[in-house]
Amino acid sequence: MDKIFSPKDEAELAQIITKAKSDNISLRIKGGGTRQGLGNFIKTDAILSLKNISGISLYEPDALTLVAKAGTSIKEINKLLKKEGQRLGFDPMDHRAIYHSSGEPTIGAIIAANISGSRRIIAGGARDALIGVRFINGSGEIIKNGGRVMKNVTGLDLVKLMAGSFGTLGVLSEVSLKLLPIAQRELSLIINGQSLEKAISTMSKALGSPFEITGAAFLPNEKDEAKTCLRIEGFSSQVDYRLKKLSELLVKGEKIEILEGKLHEKLWQSIRDVKTFKNSKKPLWRLSIKPSDAPAISNQLSKITAADMIFDWAGGLIWAQLQDEDNAQADAVRHIIKQFGGHATLVRGSDELREVVDVFQPEQEMVAKLSSSIRQKFDPSGILNPNLMGNFGEK
Amino acid sequence: MSTIVMPEPDQSILDRSSEIIAALKEILPHDAVIFEKSETLAYECDALVAYRCSPLAVVLPRNTQEVSAIMKTCLRLGVPVVPRGSGTSLAGGALPTKDSIILGTNRLTKVLEIDTDNRFIKVQTGVTNLSVTGAVEGDGFFYAPDPSSQLACAIAGNIAMNSGGAHCLKYGVTTNNLMGVTMVLADGEIVEIGGAHLDALGYDLLGLICGSEGQLGIVTEAYLRILAKPEGARPVLIGYDDPRTAGTCVADIIKAGILPVAIEYMDRLTIVATDKFSGAGYPDVEALLIVEVEGSDEEIDYQLNKIIKIANKLNPAELRQSNSEEESALIWKGRKSAFGAVGQIADYICLDGTVPVSQLAYVLGEIGDLSKKYDLQVANVFHAGDGNMHPLILYNANDPVELEKAEHLGADILRTCVEVGGCLTGEHGVGIEKRELMTSQYSNEDMEMQMSVKDCFDPNWLLNPAKVYPLELSESRRQNLKMGAK
Ligand SMILES: Cc1cc2nc3c(=O)[nH]c(=O)nc-3n(C[C@H](O)[C@H](O)[C@H](O)COP(=O)(O)OP(=O)(O)OC[C@H]3O[C@@H](n4cnc5c(N)ncnc54)[C@H](O)[C@@H]3O)c2cc1C
Repeated sequence: MDKIFSPKDEAELAQIITKAKSDNISLRIKGGGTRQGLGNFIKTDAILSLKNISGISLYEPDALTLVAKAGTSIKEINKLLKKEGQRLGFDPMDHRAIYHSSGEPTIGAIIAANISGSRRIIAGGARDALIGVRFINGSGEIIKNGGRVMKNVTGLDLVKLMAGSFGTLGVLSEVSLKLLPIAQRELSLIINGQSLEKAISTMSKALGSPFEITGAAFLPNEKDEAKTCLRIEGFSSQVDYRLKKLSELLVKGEKIEILEGKLHEKLWQSIRDVKTFKNSKKPLWRLSIKPSDAPAISNQLSKITAADMIFDWAGGLIWAQLQDEDNAQADAVRHIIKQFGGHATLVRGSDELREVVDVFQPEQEMVAKLSSSIRQKFDPSGILNPNLMGNFGEK
Repeated sequence: MSTIVMPEPDQSILDRSSEIIAALKEILPHDAVIFEKSETLAYECDALVAYRCSPLAVVLPRNTQEVSAIMKTCLRLGVPVVPRGSGTSLAGGALPTKDSIILGTNRLTKVLEIDTDNRFIKVQTGVTNLSVTGAVEGDGFFYAPDPSSQLACAIAGNIAMNSGGAHCLKYGVTTNNLMGVTMVLADGEIVEIGGAHLDALGYDLLGLICGSEGQLGIVTEAYLRILAKPEGARPVLIGYDDPRTAGTCVADIIKAGILPVAIEYMDRLTIVATDKFSGAGYPDVEALLIVEVEGSDEEIDYQLNKIIKIANKLNPAELRQSNSEEESALIWKGRKSAFGAVGQIADYICLDGTVPVSQLAYVLGEIGDLSKKYDLQVANVFHAGDGNMHPLILYNANDPVELEKAEHLGADILRTCVEVGGCLTGEHGVGIEKRELMTSQYSNEDMEMQMSVKDCFDPNWLLNPAKVYPLELSESRRQNLKMGAK
């Protein structure tokens, strides 16, 4: 059994890290434990659990701001926000379906991994909602950056840097977030039977319209039929208006469906959480690309193996499940993305596969050098989630 | 005497002026190097006009390669580089020192790619903010961050300052609308970060670069997110006899689940000044709000009705709706000319502290008290929806004693902002103006962490070295350059 540290507050957390540094003990940082498969396969001397550093520090509905300790569960946050008609604008993906994991996702981990959902295209990602952080760096120092106001350009923006750094620059103890109101009403406009090319153009038109689509996804094989899904929201009469306008703009004789209520919610939860690929352990890739490249990339991916795909972010996000645990296939994915731009992450893969394949795409040499030197400054002994994000080009 | 000092110029650099200019001329077209005093005059200050200094030279490159060559040369010769966009910074971000060269983006003005299908535009960073919207407007799109200086300010400066604008309550600030950059590092290396896709790979260096005040690299090209233009927009003007009630109104609107694109606030002093200046016909009240919503006509009606209901509950002294484009323009006219109007009464220092919305009324009260204490007038005009205040301290620029007094008052106001949970600057940046105040918001460890990031990008502290961090704290790092050059 690994040794587990579970500090009860920030001060104790800092002490543990200070001691770990002097004893040269590497730490794997753990929130709710629902995403331990995300990142390179690593082995550490001990686990550092944030589960006891939990609770809402401040919630101001009239300022649309929330401050929460890192170990606070998303469930608790969502429940609280819902009461005031508010939400996390980035609507983070829940990874439990694709990892078959249990436990409760925590806000610290969501920020550390910069996890967003389908609303990313309009409301921004986790990094955009994040307005302040407190963290402990690899030397055990407590650092704060940003604050709890929406606009803040005081000094370098380490807030953004912390989002998506997967704990390799510091352990978050508290985060401040900007919130959004929940729309009065939402529904799905689904167009059936479009090809990928057609769907991409439909979604692009929808996002190029003034009707503030909050989700645009293409599911090629849903119940044997391709579905182009658009999420429309607003206050009640606005939703009717937008639906009418969008139908006029986008539907040219295709069969459509309109979902509202439970079915609508279920659909978007399933898209956000990539439930299409839940009953499987096959390698799952996430490609962030220029939306109009989706058809060409999808085409090439299909040449590697019988790949199953769904498309979120109007085509800008491809989830691709490959057939085999095979590092040659991984190389092929990376080769494809190189031609188009963007990046590919191996989100699900066995420990063995992740031991030989870089989960995150290697960076351009100069950028990797910068990343590596930043890590050096923040965690000079390399004790925090070592190698989880890769070694930035250093062998 | 003013309170802001700049480090003594390095004599060993000044002694090598002609050698440095010759080296720059060698790598650049002739018209790209300016060094005659009469020509460098325009680069002596930015919009923080109380501070000026003539640089050693000004270089105006036309592309990334030229920027790279300049940086290599300056690193080799140990010359600090101060990047400059259009010089509208209110924080002294683009202020040069005698021993530095200004690298201006004036000639980096190409639009490189417009892609409405994928909703982005790629530009060289010397283009003005407004011209970005201009380039995509015809296709029904716009670039959201809209600083009031948008006619003049460059995307380069917007990125460096992470600028905001009146509409950022809904659309966010620059960092939320920036998808990628091409940047030249201090050693001349060119890096590309992000692009036409969302969420750059690896650490969020893009997020770091945005708002880094020209201290991490020279940004030469940028991918910017563009959005579909709303069908329409319409403001409502609401006046109250008491700032506190205006504050409550703002909070109530947000709590009701409405997200206006803008909520702007003006106090009596500003109202009177702007009215004289612009003839907007504003009512005679203590606090004025302009709330704007977007959508189709019906959508706008619906939202405005809700807002008006909320406002009416609080007994407004005045509530003015707009029935036409002209009336809308008139409502905005005063606000848009507010800075210019106040500038007509006196010189001013424009602060930029941000406070939690719940603290607005309290801080306005404190500002009033401090204004009396220092016996200097303060006009308040700001983005209320996000708590980004802009107290304008009126003073006489020809009176050095009054400048110093105004700066002390400013410092006290900003400390108050920090004390209530806010920050020193919401969108203008630290520059030289708030450099020494950083200690009120951040501990030495906090700043050490930030400066260590600059060390990674610019180990010799070649880029805009005397900005953002208290001079004493950055002293040893700034010495690196001297050591390296000798
Ligand atoms: C009347 C007025 C109204 C204003 N209203 C607003 C407002 O509503 N919102 C707001 O946010 N700001 C506002 N500002 C402030 C100012 O306009 C912004 O900070 C703007 O972004 C500065 O752009 P600039 O091109 O003028 O940059 P400059 O003033 O030239 O430079 C600003 C900073 O950017 C750095 N920089 C410039 N070019 C580069 C580059 N290529 N690479 C790296 N760093 C670079 C400089 O070193 C400097 O630190 C206002 C200013 C004025 C005078």
